[in-house]
Amino acid sequence: MSAQAIYVLWLRDMKWFLRAKARIISTIVMPFLWLAILGMGLGAVTQIPGVGNYIDFLAPGIVAMAILFNATMTGVSVLWDRQFGFLKEILVAPVSRISIMLGKTFGGTTTSIIQGLMLLFVAGLIGAKMPDPAGFFLVLLFMILLGIGFVGLGLAIASRITDPVAFPLVINFLIMPLFFLSGAIFPLGMAPEWLRVIAYIDPVAYGVDGLRGVMIGVSEFPIWLDLAILGIFSLAMVLLGAYLFKKMSA
Amino acid sequence: MRAIFTNGLTREFNGLTAVDHVNLQIEKGELFGLLGPNGAGKTTLIHMLCTILPPTEGTAKVAGFDVYKEPDSVRTSIGIVFQDPSLDNRLTGKENLDFHGRVYGMSKTLREKRIDEVLKLVELEDRANALVETYSSGMRRRLEIARSFMHHPEIMFLDEPTLGLDPQTRRKIWEHVQMLNKQEKITILLTTHYMDEADYLCGRVGIIDHGRIIALDNPKKLKDQLEGDIVSLEVPLPKKYAEIFRRRKYVKEVKIVGDYLYLTVTGSEKVVPKLIDIVARRGGKVRSVGCRSPTLEDVFIRYTGRGIREEEGGIKEQMRAHVRAHMR
Ligand SMILES: Nc1ncnc2c1ncn2[C@@H]1O[C@H](COP(=O)(O)OP(=O)(O)OP(=O)(O)O)[C@@H](O)[C@H]1O
Ligand SMILES: [Mg+2]
Repeated sequence: MSAQAIYVLWLRDMKWFLRAKARIISTIVMPFLWLAILGMGLGAVTQIPGVGNYIDFLAPGIVAMAILFNATMTGVSVLWDRQFGFLKEILVAPVSRISIMLGKTFGGTTTSIIQGLMLLFVAGLIGAKMPDPAGFFLVLLFMILLGIGFVGLGLAIASRITDPVAFPLVINFLIMPLFFLSGAIFPLGMAPEWLRVIAYIDPVAYGVDGLRGVMIGVSEFPIWLDLAILGIFSLAMVLLGAYLFKKMSA
Repeated sequence: MRAIFTNGLTREFNGLTAVDHVNLQIEKGELFGLLGPNGAGKTTLIHMLCTILPPTEGTAKVAGFDVYKEPDSVRTSIGIVFQDPSLDNRLTGKENLDFHGRVYGMSKTLREKRIDEVLKLVELEDRANALVETYSSGMRRRLEIARSFMHHPEIMFLDEPTLGLDPQTRRKIWEHVQMLNKQEKITILLTTHYMDEADYLCGRVGIIDHGRIIALDNPKKLKDQLEGDIVSLEVPLPKKYAEIFRRRKYVKEVKIVGDYLYLTVTGSEKVVPKLIDIVARRGGKVRSVGCRSPTLEDVFIRYTGRGIREEEGGIKEQMRAHVRAHMR
């Protein structure tokens, strides 16, 4: 494994990110609309028992959403690299596939977290409840785990799917249900039994629950459990991505 | 130790044999050319040698390492310019080189020094900080070449380095290739389907068709196998002179086409004055003389019974150049 290679792949992602202003804006606009419209629209008629304000309840879910979508879309960069031939330059270099995968994972996670933080900031401006300074580090930790897990998933899928048109469709098909089932927009505690059972196998649910626990002090599970389950999920996705990357060809 | 050694190297794609039991031995320091039409298997062969495509059969050693069993050692020893573009268009020229230097484990000082050197060599210093997006295709090709040797590889693979470029840029690239081979002492394997390119650059040329190497030697010897140059003479009374020339032993064959005589001769430099002399001594006057050496194209025709472009047609070639230009 080469630290230099991991770093340079990360660096490349950062350069792209900073140069693609349109992308940065567009990827926070959608979660922002969710937050603003759903938060204010539903907020006017909805009170979540034990929480009170709907926007306080919603904000952690939408932060998770921003990370989820950005992280999985990291896989697109692999498709582009393949399309434009740069993947050959990467694959013929004397660095292990694991380093390549890790570099991409860290790059995608960093950009996802930046966008998650931007959304958190916007949510604060709208009036959602913010974590205290200590809680902020826990929020960051949840963001990192969510980011790593879903970047890993996105990269794993990207190593298999070569069609740039099909990729976003597959991602959406996968991510949408995970998001809706996660309890990001409604409290799982009040959902019917069958829905709750499904939600328990949704890793996003633990991310949302953990973020909510830290930010507004209300959660289904203890925060340590959320962290543990999310941590296991992230590790599994990185391993899966690394395995599939190893077998990938240009 | 040889730079490149293959033994029965074969690659199939769903029943199609793209590379068919190729045995190649390339010595250190050689500038070796693989010449063949579209679809001959050149790129497939190079991809196997540079470890990004596993062979279906046979073995290959590059810089003494097995491409399948020791890919990392092979990768450190080689530099490659792929046939298709392989730059990151959203980075600058310099950033592309910096990326390369880092993944090849070069230190910061070495990297900076080397980046300046190679940029200067391919004359891209003044555009180094512009995004590759804004480069012309010739500039991109030069940047790819600069990148491929900045880590001091022992062996380089150049897959159609001048495809679709204008004549001046091709010349430039030829100069770079020769410089790398002569001054930096890099063993080079290049592929092309331009006859003149193989002829001009390469010490040895392998002609590849349908995945097989069908002839291999230095360009001069390959052409000499055809034994002779083709001389055309425009003379009065061609029939009369045809009879006379047929009796000379240095003339192998005579054809009459209108007022012209076409002669196949060996050593045309010496023969042509003699021919003119013969005509003059008989009171005739040679109105025009033409002399053409056989090209590698003639060699290709001899071995395959067809021209290198013939079956593909010019159109496919043009389309590829077009597509390529757009991809860049
Ligand atoms: N990934 C692939 N899948 C299926 N067939 C392939 C693949 N790559 C190459 N081939 C086939 O293998 C044969 C050799 O292709 P290759 O690209 O090696 O030729 P080439 O000599 O490089 O041609 P060109 O001058 O057009 O670049 C062709 O018939 C091609 O269609
Ligand atoms: Mg080719």
